[in-house]
Amino acid sequence: MTTNSSHPTLGRRAALGAAAAAGLVGPGLSPRSARAQGAVIDITRARTEPIPIAVPDFAGAGDAQRLGRDIAEVVLSNLRSSGLFRPVQRAAFIQTAEAAAQAPRFQDWRVIGAQALTTGRADLQGDRLRVEFRLWDVLPEQQLQGTAFTAPPANWRRIAHLISDVIYERLLGEKGYFDTRVAYIAESGPRDRRSRRLAIMDQDGQNHRFLTDGSAAALTPRFHPNAQQIAFMSYAQNQPRVHLFSLESGRQEVLGNFPGMTLSPRFSPDGRSVVLSSTRGADANIYVVDLASRRERQLTSGGGLDVSPCFSPDGAQVVFNSDRGGDQQLYVMSADGGNIRRISFGRGRYATPVWSPRGDLIAFTRIAGGQFAIGVMRPDGSGERILSEGWGMESPTFAPNGRVMMFFRESPARDSRGGGYSSRLASIDISGFNERQIVTPADASDPAWSPLLS
Amino acid sequence: MTTQKLFGALAAVALLAACGSDSDSNRAATGTGGVGGSGSVRPGSQEDLVANIGDRVFFETDRANIRADQRPALERQARWMQQHAQVQVSVEGHADERGTREYNLALGQRRANAARDVLVASGVSGARVSTISYGKDRPTALGSTEDAWAQNRRAVTVVR
Repeated sequence: MTTNSSHPTLGRRAALGAAAAAGLVGPGLSPRSARAQGAVIDITRARTEPIPIAVPDFAGAGDAQRLGRDIAEVVLSNLRSSGLFRPVQRAAFIQTAEAAAQAPRFQDWRVIGAQALTTGRADLQGDRLRVEFRLWDVLPEQQLQGTAFTAPPANWRRIAHLISDVIYERLLGEKGYFDTRVAYIAESGPRDRRSRRLAIMDQDGQNHRFLTDGSAAALTPRFHPNAQQIAFMSYAQNQPRVHLFSLESGRQEVLGNFPGMTLSPRFSPDGRSVVLSSTRGADANIYVVDLASRRERQLTSGGGLDVSPCFSPDGAQVVFNSDRGGDQQLYVMSADGGNIRRISFGRGRYATPVWSPRGDLIAFTRIAGGQFAIGVMRPDGSGERILSEGWGMESPTFAPNGRVMMFFRESPARDSRGGGYSSRLASIDISGFNERQIVTPADASDPAWSPLLS
Repeated sequence: MTTQKLFGALAAVALLAACGSDSDSNRAATGTGGVGGSGSVRPGSQEDLVANIGDRVFFETDRANIRADQRPALERQARWMQQHAQVQVSVEGHADERGTREYNLALGQRRANAARDVLVASGVSGARVSTISYGKDRPTALGSTEDAWAQNRRAVTVVR
């Protein structure tokens, strides 16, 4: 796929840059943009009104017309799911999509309440699909962005996700997360004989496919920073061990030559090593395995169950879960295993820590008073906030922009046969609003959000 | 080989296990051999272990120490293994659903090890006993009740 932001038909690059800067101080969009300047997430922003945006079909002729319509549909669905945009009802549109793609009549979009407008055109050129799109700030009547994408027609969904990311970034001032995938565990069958298969899908649930056949249970997938490899736990040969799965070759291999169970893998931010937990005797300790040499280095030996390690995005620290103090709490240490300190001090047990890609927060599962909750705290343990609470939920994973998380939510069995039990993926804004169920073919657990694919 | 008093204790174990739909590995019969043990059960088999000895012990929430009231069950298993010298077993550690998956995997391993340690301390060669953890992912009782959780916090001895 190629991206061409300076295509002649899309005007002068310098002008686009100027328009973008000017657009950010337009009356409708300025408050959001101004706040988006800082690196720290402004959690109050999500509570403000979502941006009203009009996304008419992308124009096109013949087969390209259908693709243009489908692309607009995916863009709309992405923006809506973020909770930060409010799509303007199609029925209210005055100007036709075809005419708007030529030249937007801003008055027509202003009167129906749109502050932002996208227009576009899809063309099939031989075996290539070319999609042009523009983003407009309706009130100052300015173009914020113009971009053309060229790809095989089969990749039209990725074009739609890339366009969604451009819109998100230009209007909110932070990177999007739509051109991503989610790996997870697909669960089926009764709970005492569950099939657990590694599965992968686009972040919106499309392009779903299974990566393992279910003959050996798979658990806890995590993406490599290049998004092409997954570390997970497999019961292959009845030996619960961390395995690596290559999305390019479809092959999997066991990681390391550990005598006992290995579990809870996570890649280092540079992608060169995996941090995991390994059981020996009564204890479980944290190890780092270098992927090139496959040599292991032990980080903890605290005399407890140390599991669920996760690197900070700069690779300098590791947060993990340990019961060394009696019950499960969160601890942070240097990447060499030194300077271990506890960071969770609230009521209950704390587990499954995962460091935000922004570095500013650690998400966790908390178990207290018979309820499970997903929350976040700063790396020093301060500022704890609970985002969602219920009978069962765990395993938070961050979108690459650190703004949205997925986790899985369970409902209890109603009877002694397990009837009524379910396990589903959910996404939520880190401010705690906009919780949505992610549609999967059957029960699902252990989501892992990939980095941006490009 | 067993006393009448011992059978009383065994019956309680078998009934508890039968409350759920029983799924631990290689389980062909769930107490169908009868509490008294029947002639059709092959000595040294999993069925023999389940029906006449008791194949599992139970744990407190988040704990992996062998409770005093569970130790006799493991000592019976050890004696049974000594009677059947060819038998090799895997001890499977499990947890209830009220914990996180990864921690429960480690906890299940710790429970399996604790049960194994009693077998070895009771005279069984460590080479005959392997361990594996399934965490909370293979419950034997499928409900979401205190009683189900108590049944699921277990270490099960399975003939390989």
